[in-house]
Amino acid sequence: MKFPGKGLLDGVFVTIRNFVGSYFEKDRLVTVQYPEERVSLPENSRTFPFLVYDDEPDKMRCTACKICEAECPPQCIYIVMDRDEKGKPLQHPKVFDIDISVCMQCQICVEVCPFDAIKMDNDYEKSRYGRFDELMEHLPDLLKSNEYYHKIKPIEATAVDAKLQAAAERKAKKLVSPAPPAPGTTPETD
Amino acid sequence: MIQAQSAIESSGVTPSTAGIIETQTLEVSIGPQHPSTHGVFRMDVVIDGEVVVKLKPVMGYLHRNHEQLAEKMTWLDSMPYTDRLDYFNSMANNWAYALSVEKLAGIKVPERAEYIRVIVAELTRLLNHTVAIGFLLNDMGAWFTPVLYAFREREKIVDLFEAVSGSRMMCNYYRFGGVRVDFDEKMLAMARDIVERYPQFLDEFEKLLTENEVLLARTQRIGILPREQAINGSITGPVARASGVDYDIRKVDKYGVYGGLDFRVPLGEVGDTYDRYYIRILEMREAIKILQQALCGLPSGPIIAPEVKLRNFRVPAGDGYGRIETPKGELGFYLVADETGKMPYRYHVRPPCFINLTLLEDMCLGHKLADTVVILGSIDIVLGEVDR
Repeated sequence: MKFPGKGLLDGVFVTIRNFVGSYFEKDRLVTVQYPEERVSLPENSRTFPFLVYDDEPDKMRCTACKICEAECPPQCIYIVMDRDEKGKPLQHPKVFDIDISVCMQCQICVEVCPFDAIKMDNDYEKSRYGRFDELMEHLPDLLKSNEYYHKIKPIEATAVDAKLQAAAERKAKKLVSPAPPAPGTTPETD
Repeated sequence: MIQAQSAIESSGVTPSTAGIIETQTLEVSIGPQHPSTHGVFRMDVVIDGEVVVKLKPVMGYLHRNHEQLAEKMTWLDSMPYTDRLDYFNSMANNWAYALSVEKLAGIKVPERAEYIRVIVAELTRLLNHTVAIGFLLNDMGAWFTPVLYAFREREKIVDLFEAVSGSRMMCNYYRFGGVRVDFDEKMLAMARDIVERYPQFLDEFEKLLTENEVLLARTQRIGILPREQAINGSITGPVARASGVDYDIRKVDKYGVYGGLDFRVPLGEVGDTYDRYYIRILEMREAIKILQQALCGLPSGPIIAPEVKLRNFRVPAGDGYGRIETPKGELGFYLVADETGKMPYRYHVRPPCFINLTLLEDMCLGHKLADTVVILGSIDIVLGEVDR
């Protein structure tokens, strides 16, 4: 037979063991002195999106196709395409705003982007002193280099680079090879 | 005491206070801003002394228009919003929604993806039940000792979720026809480590709690939900199984690969708060068994059906109801698609917590006011799902 209070005493021994262990067991010493030390983030970790440029900020991958703007669930992206003096559209954005107070870090813009131009950052230190304009990220804030992308997500960035290079090679081959006969023209064998 | 009673009886006065002291009932409003209500939930309680005579749950403080919002956006765009329903189990919510859409569109999921889905869903069950028990003890007054042990273990699981999906709680991991990211060796090692060490933690947790006299006194014969009433109230999940209702959608529907996995469904006898506590421990032990089988049998192959497009995803016109056994009960999505098929025409969520909460009054009547808090904790609600 169990004497009364045994359950309580057993529980107390568990708490004592945990209390003592929290000073000595190696996997229990988990405190990180935050601003000086940081926990390394896993590669897939995501916070807010950023735009990738290749060598210099002018050579951004984004073509202002507005697919991410349409697909964004909370509608936090705003894009205006750049145009030259004659009104001809240039293939890059003039305005690219992300309201990070609305963004819910869902990564859908990254998945739908056909140009691998928008990627997820893992910078979590986004606190600001204001609530309105301060939380709006404009094009210069969003543009980050491909080296930065390689630094935060090495495996993924390498795969994306390989994919883009293969696509560029295919395109170059297509340009070199003779153009297919235009529809309607008669073949030579006739 | 006995002498006093016999003295009253001999004098011919009834022992009740009626007629001697005039008493009146008192209406107390608990919540919405109260830590024991697990969020913004209000109970209008009428008490006679300390005994509850009437209880009215008041919901809707966290209403975010989830269903109407989903009818205004594409099928894929609703997926991150389902994370925010029951924010402890985003993986389970994703699965219920993905399953409904797959049913509607007739998509077949590759086997590896099905196994990965089972692995993350059962890890979610471990996470949810551990934290639910921790907070149940918090409601009883075991101030933060069990809940911190629970959070210590939960931390390992959310770390794995971060490595897999990128986010600790709002995972947004499932896609129609599969999952988004494949498990690599490192993640599998993390999962194996969790599964290996979890029984040890459960033993320790049980040693701390299961035979603790204070816990027994606070939970046994408290908040009994009879079997018939649980069936009538369409209660699901651990609350129903604690009352002895043998109903687990993993066994009934055999969705995913659950048909091929060997596990049992634990059942309670009395249906009191203690059964609802202990059923969760037993379910965690079964979840570990499922996880061991799923991690051993994980096949190689694609993780997403290749024919499913991410953009411009359309489904044929029709309606469908997909449901899964989340840690809290049956979560179902009823979806209607019209001819365009671009977005849902009707989108309805069948939340387990909301329906389990409707019988709160029947469980609480006749108990002390302090017990209502414990009973509410044993139902394990999340207000994100109750109010949607």
